[in-house]
Amino acid sequence: MARPKLKEHHINREWCKGCGICVEFCPKKVLELDRYDKAVIAVLEKCIACRLCELRCPDLAITIETQDQIP
Amino acid sequence: MSVKDYIRERFFPHIWCAGCGHGIVLNNLLRAVGGLGMSKNEIVMVSGIGCSSRISGYVDFHTLHTLHGRALAFATGVKLSKPELNVIVPMGDGDALAIGGNHFIHAARRNIAMTAIVMNNRIYGMTGGQYSPLSGPGKLATTAPYRNIDQDFDIVKLAKAAGATFVARTTTYHIQQMADILRQAILHDGFSVVEILSQCPTYFGRRNKLGNAADMMKFFKDNTTPIGSKAKKENPELTERGIFVQNDLPEYCAEYDKIIKKAGGSC
Amino acid sequence: MGSQVKFIQGNEVCVEAALYAGLDFFAGYPITPSTEIAEHLAYRLPQAGGKFIQMEDEIASMCAIIGASLTGQKVLTATSGPGFSLMQEALGYAVMAEIPCVIVNVQRGGPSTGIPTHISQGDVNQARWGTHGDHAIIALTASNHQDVFAMTVEAFNMAETYRTPVVLLFDEVVGHMREKLILPQTNEIPLVKRLKTSVDGGVDYHPYLAREDGRLPMSDFGGVHRYNVTGLYHDMWGFPSDNPKIVHGLLRHLVDKIESNADTIARYKEHYLEDAKKVLISYGASARSALHVVNTLRQKGQKYGLLELQTLWPFPHQVIRDRCNGAEHIIVVEMNLGQICREVKNAVDHPDRVFLANRVDGVFINPSDIRQTLRLIQGRGV
Repeated sequence: MARPKLKEHHINREWCKGCGICVEFCPKKVLELDRYDKAVIAVLEKCIACRLCELRCPDLAITIETQDQIP
Repeated sequence: MSVKDYIRERFFPHIWCAGCGHGIVLNNLLRAVGGLGMSKNEIVMVSGIGCSSRISGYVDFHTLHTLHGRALAFATGVKLSKPELNVIVPMGDGDALAIGGNHFIHAARRNIAMTAIVMNNRIYGMTGGQYSPLSGPGKLATTAPYRNIDQDFDIVKLAKAAGATFVARTTTYHIQQMADILRQAILHDGFSVVEILSQCPTYFGRRNKLGNAADMMKFFKDNTTPIGSKAKKENPELTERGIFVQNDLPEYCAEYDKIIKKAGGSC
Repeated sequence: MGSQVKFIQGNEVCVEAALYAGLDFFAGYPITPSTEIAEHLAYRLPQAGGKFIQMEDEIASMCAIIGASLTGQKVLTATSGPGFSLMQEALGYAVMAEIPCVIVNVQRGGPSTGIPTHISQGDVNQARWGTHGDHAIIALTASNHQDVFAMTVEAFNMAETYRTPVVLLFDEVVGHMREKLILPQTNEIPLVKRLKTSVDGGVDYHPYLAREDGRLPMSDFGGVHRYNVTGLYHDMWGFPSDNPKIVHGLLRHLVDKIESNADTIARYKEHYLEDAKKVLISYGASARSALHVVNTLRQKGQKYGLLELQTLWPFPHQVIRDRCNGAEHIIVVEMNLGQICREVKNAVDHPDRVFLANRVDGVFINPSDIRQTLRLIQGRGV
């Protein structure tokens, strides 16, 4: 099965508490914390849609949509 | 599936601190449940009191937020009276094993079908960081200012000895394993215990200088290993992860239905 | 079919009545002098398709029946003093979350382990105030087997009507005594069914929004409405709230639904009260001796009467005032240091006319004990 391609990477800023777990464990270093201590995308092109940030987010603030996904 | 189909969105953002492992448990518990294709109407979540217990308020199931330590006793009433329901009981380490220790071993002994999740962060978080039966010796807590002298429990050994027919351990770092174990635990027809090592960066981590939430999760990564791994043989200090027990023994509600038949009643 | 007559123990009567009322689920823990209730239900309940479980302690028993009640079942637990103490936290939960359930306390002497195989009525105030926080409670009692049956059925009916725990305060003598019971026929006593919501699935259901009559229609766990139940102050959906208006409103609701129906909840029996100059007030096993005294004195032409209380909480102040108005003496007969006597003094216009006839030594109060007190009262020339 082909690796799913990223369609969209959502971060809900209202829910994000800025713990930095997603930043720390992203294998491609796609994410960072902004000056408000909220997770943001630094380099979207590097995202491989592995979902580790989504699954480890304690705030349920991250949603990954992939292209094979039914919207 | 989307986790949003299983939560009560209006209560978000949740009350847990930044980096709290309990949110990761919620996240992956919902993914485990979502993968099972059950109706939300068939699921009852029963919780006690503590940080962990607030999980029941966020899920869109039948939810029963009860008393400190008593979740399994309430859950026993729900399950035995309506065995067709799937009962999930998330608890904290103090909730499950200090004040609720007696209910924990007896629910295990009865082998009543429900899923007990012990979100073990080794501290009483809701009350501000007192030592729990899982803190372990040498740790600092507001009630252990000279370091803790209490020995801790091994939840897996305790659950095994008490007769639980499904016993597993995982951590908030090992999310895929967590979702997989939770899925199997919910499907198991008997009493399941899943210990999830969870981080409390606010009280346990900060006071014991264990770093931030990610550092605490890295500790889980570096200090745990799959059951029976080569690494465990080389380093016995490592904590094993995985499914320790998965037995098929008579389930309590099914056994009680036999009693009703024997007595001449009809279910 | 004619009425069935039985010669059985009071605890067994409670079992028969609970089954008559439609009991589905019992959880309990053995304790003298209530154990026979669990023993008989272990045998009888599965015959009726119900479920019996012996839990690891009384705390768990009380919690388990609350869980079972939420799935739509009629539930019961039975215990005695020490076990009743352990149940108090969960009893308060049932008050707060408005869970119908019935708790039997076959009283023994306390405090602590006390005197397990002997009689006492020392838990009257514990039934009222055992759990923490302001609240209201219903507690019923009975002095003989026919009334044990009637009050047990009443307890289930009131639990459903008011969505509240109801305490049955029996005592060791009534629980262990054997006497005649005429088993009521099916449909002879009306039964209150669980009031279920008529709101369809998909429509916003408010589990904690009372109807105009104050009743709260329930939805069973496992049904189409998924809601939250908590011991925290909560809004009409059952979710925690610390909004002062909601907190105040809920507390008032919990208390008023019972206190403002005190007259409807009051159950009592009157003996010779029409022209009584001296009124004995008693309840439970003590009322048997009190009735004997009143019967004897009436035969001698003395105008004594007896008011036997069956509802202890909410305390029937109005009934006491009405029946004792103009009485020269009011003598409260009970087996404690005056727990109901204190309430009676609060209820009447002349508390100085209220006296206590009691025994607190584990021995059943007999008619001569009561007559002794009556002689003392007369000696004072009050």
